[in-house]
Amino acid sequence: MIDNDILRIVARFLIPLIMLFGLYIQFHGEYSPGGGFQAGVVFAAGWILFALIYGLDAALRVVPERAMYILMVAGVMLYCAVGVAGVMLGGHFLDFYPLLPGEHAAQQFGIITVEFGIGVTVATVVMLFFTLFARRKSQWEAAEVEDDQP
Amino acid sequence: MTITELMPFSVLVPLIASLVCALLPGRFWPWAVTLAAAIASAIIAALTLPAAAQTTLSYAFGNWPPPIGIEYRVDAANAFVALLVAGMAAITLPWAKKSVDKEVPERQGTFYALFLLALAGLLGITLSGDAFNIFVFLEISSLATYGLIAYGSDRRALLASFRYLIMGTVGATFLLIGIGFLYVMTGTLNLHDLSERLPEVRDTSTVRAALAFIIVGMGLKLAMLPLHLWLPNAYTYAPSFVTVFLAGTATKVALYVMLRFVFTVFAPDWSFVVLPLSTVLMILGVAGMFAGSWVAMFQPNIKRMLAYSSVAQVGYMVLGVSLVSVVGLTAAFLHLFNHALMKAALFMAVGTVIYQVGSARIEQFRGLGRTMPWTLTAFALAGLSIIGVPLTAGFISKWYLIQAALDQGQWVLVALILITSLMAIIYIWRVIEAAWFKQREPDQQAVGEAPLTLLIPTWVLVALNFYFGIDTRLTVGGATAAAEALLSGGLLP
Amino acid sequence: MMTALSFFNYWVVVILMMIGFYCVIARGNMVKKIMGLNLFQTSVFILFISAGKIVGGSTPILREGVEVYSNPLPHVLILTAIVVGIATTAVGLALAVRINEAYGSIEDDYIAEEEDGDGQ
Repeated sequence: MIDNDILRIVARFLIPLIMLFGLYIQFHGEYSPGGGFQAGVVFAAGWILFALIYGLDAALRVVPERAMYILMVAGVMLYCAVGVAGVMLGGHFLDFYPLLPGEHAAQQFGIITVEFGIGVTVATVVMLFFTLFARRKSQWEAAEVEDDQP
Repeated sequence: MTITELMPFSVLVPLIASLVCALLPGRFWPWAVTLAAAIASAIIAALTLPAAAQTTLSYAFGNWPPPIGIEYRVDAANAFVALLVAGMAAITLPWAKKSVDKEVPERQGTFYALFLLALAGLLGITLSGDAFNIFVFLEISSLATYGLIAYGSDRRALLASFRYLIMGTVGATFLLIGIGFLYVMTGTLNLHDLSERLPEVRDTSTVRAALAFIIVGMGLKLAMLPLHLWLPNAYTYAPSFVTVFLAGTATKVALYVMLRFVFTVFAPDWSFVVLPLSTVLMILGVAGMFAGSWVAMFQPNIKRMLAYSSVAQVGYMVLGVSLVSVVGLTAAFLHLFNHALMKAALFMAVGTVIYQVGSARIEQFRGLGRTMPWTLTAFALAGLSIIGVPLTAGFISKWYLIQAALDQGQWVLVALILITSLMAIIYIWRVIEAAWFKQREPDQQAVGEAPLTLLIPTWVLVALNFYFGIDTRLTVGGATAAAEALLSGGLLP
Repeated sequence: MMTALSFFNYWVVVILMMIGFYCVIARGNMVKKIMGLNLFQTSVFILFISAGKIVGGSTPILREGVEVYSNPLPHVLILTAIVVGIATTAVGLALAVRINEAYGSIEDDYIAEEEDGDGQ
């Protein structure tokens, strides 16, 4: 769809805004409505729009599939690491108070790190959904073409 | 570190290990990590059981005091089921290596990651003391299970997985509706808190509807008779190892959730009065025993035959519950444990045959008694346990079930239990007849004995069947403690 | 009449739930089944959310001059349930794609005929 000027220009204008909005929801999540789930989905939506306009191959050059797998795992790992850090420092799992001196600082650090992990995982998982389904179709079409030309 | 602080790690270790597995390439390391995680989890669960039998353990996540925070609350009933789930994973995984290498040659990292997620989900359900948490863990384990079933090499595995997905999601959503009704009425999700607040509001139609929704939803996951349709295909077409693990754990955990709600959250003196639950469960249990055993007698595919036998065994457990006595519940918990042992041993023996022959159809068993004596002897001995021959684990649970029925003067039930046991003889005998009394057809390939890596774990489970048939201290003690914990309201400090 | 109307949110829930449930049971097309399942789940989400709403209550954010606010817990629960729903839909659709590749159709009737051909 890269040939269509309207789509391309509107997308160029929208994609940075969508991603910025995703980051805003992510990092403003502890004061206003938001958090990792929503931010991840909004951020991934920007990437999916890019993939729709410029094609899956171009989008996969931005974020390769292998990187998605690793980031998907890394996000949950970050969540678990914060949780286990609480245990190591003498508290319970996901206990933020032992992480830093000062009640508010500890809670803020803990929840932002955890939500960041969630955000990364959700964004990459949604991108992976899109990649896997979209690539399935192109493989299928390629197989059809081969059938037509024996 | 006290045991209370260690307890949640039986869920966290498989969860974190599944992340590692998802990235590991090759065939050896994913399996090794999975085995290590399962053994660690089983050890923690084994350490938890004695402590939980004495006093209820409570672990608050994030140090937020319950009922505001999420807690793991473990008494004798949870700890017993958790030990079963983690122990089954640890015992069956050594067997898995060869079988999975053959049936799932590619992408084993993802396969084992899904397996660990299913394990973590099942353990999470058993340990959690928060109703919504139970729903989330239920969906984690179910989604991982759908993926595992779809790994089956037959294309019908996809259909089985899809149908299980539809029915399983409906079941889980029913549970969610039930939890929603309870939350609306009480304003809490903590199981212990719910049990304290419910008596004030429980004579309303909302709470009655919640009970009905939870029973139907869990009945779906548990494969209670009219809701069992997903089970035979899912067990038949899943990879052998997945069948072994699911047969030993998934339905058991669903039964535990149902018992936890019926007995702990709604007190049994209410839930068995407001609904004719005792009658309904008794009829469904007996119908399940008969229908499952009857259909099993005519199945040409042995895996499917054992799947229908599972429906029948679930019937025994439901029957034990319907008697609403300590002995009846003890029988249900005993059968929950013993059935996992015997059905896993049977499915492992059949999986070993599939490994050698490539199919589980009854014709393929012809003459195998002479060429694969160890595998088929293991099948026959585990079969004795499912029939309920004395000195086997199956006998102990049926003995308690019959005692529970006699306590209430239900002679008809005793007769029905004996008749279905006779039906079990018939369907186990079909395999033995084919294996020892029929000749292999000339066009069938000749096969030798299976490798030791498959035989040893199978025989370990068979040996456990006999061990728990003779030394019943762990099983009967654990099951009685679990039954008493549930009937005394459970989860009390 | 007033009591029936004052519970209109529950009527919406019941109607949506029955439409979804009907789709799951009666439709042979697998994608339609998944859609029905989604509708069914969504009705439960609405049940939770509408139960948490307090008439005249504001959004549950700490600020000056707000005394009455809606219960935030159902929103958090449903956020989790929505994620579970997305995962279920993704797994269901992935299975539908694989079934289409294996059988050449996602219609139950057609697949049932094929399945008979596979034998037991």
